[in-house]
Amino acid sequence: MDSPLLPEGVKRCSPAKFLFWTLPWFLLLAWGGLSAFLCLYKGLNQTNMSNIFAFALWIVFDLAIIALGAGAFFTGFLVYIVGKKELKNILNAAVIIGFICYSAAIVMLGIDIGQPLRGWFIFWHANIHSMLVEVSFCITAYLMVLGIEFIPNILENRKLAEIREFRLFGHSLHHIMGVFAATGVFLSFFHQGSLGGMFGVMYARPFAAREGFYIWPWTFFLFIYSSIAAGPCFTILCTKLTELITRKKLVPNNAVQTLAKISGWLLASYMVLKIIDTLGWIYGVVPRAGLTFMDFFREGPYGVWMMVAEIIVFGVLPAIMLLSPKARESEGLLIIACLLNCTGIVFNRFLFIVVTLAIPVMPFDRFWSYLPTWQEWGIAMAVVGYGFLLFSAAYRYLPVFPKERELNPVTE
Amino acid sequence: MTPLSFEWQWNVEYIIFFGLLYIALGVVSVGLVVVVIKTALQVFGFMRERHF
Repeated sequence: MDSPLLPEGVKRCSPAKFLFWTLPWFLLLAWGGLSAFLCLYKGLNQTNMSNIFAFALWIVFDLAIIALGAGAFFTGFLVYIVGKKELKNILNAAVIIGFICYSAAIVMLGIDIGQPLRGWFIFWHANIHSMLVEVSFCITAYLMVLGIEFIPNILENRKLAEIREFRLFGHSLHHIMGVFAATGVFLSFFHQGSLGGMFGVMYARPFAAREGFYIWPWTFFLFIYSSIAAGPCFTILCTKLTELITRKKLVPNNAVQTLAKISGWLLASYMVLKIIDTLGWIYGVVPRAGLTFMDFFREGPYGVWMMVAEIIVFGVLPAIMLLSPKARESEGLLIIACLLNCTGIVFNRFLFIVVTLAIPVMPFDRFWSYLPTWQEWGIAMAVVGYGFLLFSAAYRYLPVFPKERELNPVTE
Repeated sequence: MTPLSFEWQWNVEYIIFFGLLYIALGVVSVGLVVVVIKTALQVFGFMRERHF
């Protein structure tokens, strides 16, 4: 039925099978749609956010997917600026993942601010001393850049490519893609950094506050570092998941190995800096605030084990695995290492957002805990549904993986 | 916010913050305009088609 739209020379499942595959993702979207309606119609009382937890599940998701989507700008940087040509085979996938992550984050923020119709205030009445303003500017501008980077791939669709004007537009865009990629790197550098900087400047909250360089606390640099260490691993994970589901080899090994190796080196150096930062915090910021390290922790997700796990299990361990050629070349171990790395960044963002807010700031305050409502989960899960849907549709109708035909010759 | 907005202040912080933003947006816009012009020139036969 949709065969004229499918890329040439590759095999795709039947439309019925594809439709069946999309059903759970549509259900997640429906759950998210209902939750969004309730939050916009009835207000943010549908959530468990409060004056204590002004940042909650949605911001954890936002920051996590923005960090995981960093594979797009970093792979673009490696291809167009550093000249790692073998990564061109995975670049389209990285751009689509980045586009999904950033567009979902912006939609989620639209609901989080409560009155999306006033969302433009942050641009027009900007407080230039706010890290969040810089983040808002950069993520919206970067989403535009991601859209531009995605267009040539969309225009390569078999039907669209038959239109000469579209084909020429796509080729012309491709020709100067380096300029857009460089702009994307600039924008990403600042918003990833400012997301971290926002926590580092919270001097009244010693769990997050850090010293730093000029106006930037160390968390500014650590957030950039952690995102470029985890983003490529998320791209590899999504590619491997697509390969697993389609039962095809989609990306040549050299591209995956290069990306994994770079990610490994970045993660290892990030872990060194993170450990130095943590020790500096334990022996500097914490005692100066009149507290001890264990004062910040309670039980469950607020326990000290989260920080230990983030650094050792989800940081040092995957860094060692990614740096070891033997582990990297084993498909299973590579997936485990990428999974651990990505989990680590989610833990890191959770600690900085939820645990920071749970800890009392005044002597008469108490430790708070937070549990999201089903509406909050609904919107967060809609992001997952949206991601699967868009990536599945892109894989079905666009030549996302340039080497797919070569790696999987159609015999019939 | 633009230099014409009433909240705008003519100081280094505003100029650097918005300057960088406008440079980034300017690069993207000029890039798109160049692509549109190149495509139009190729469509009307004033420029050779390029393929990748």
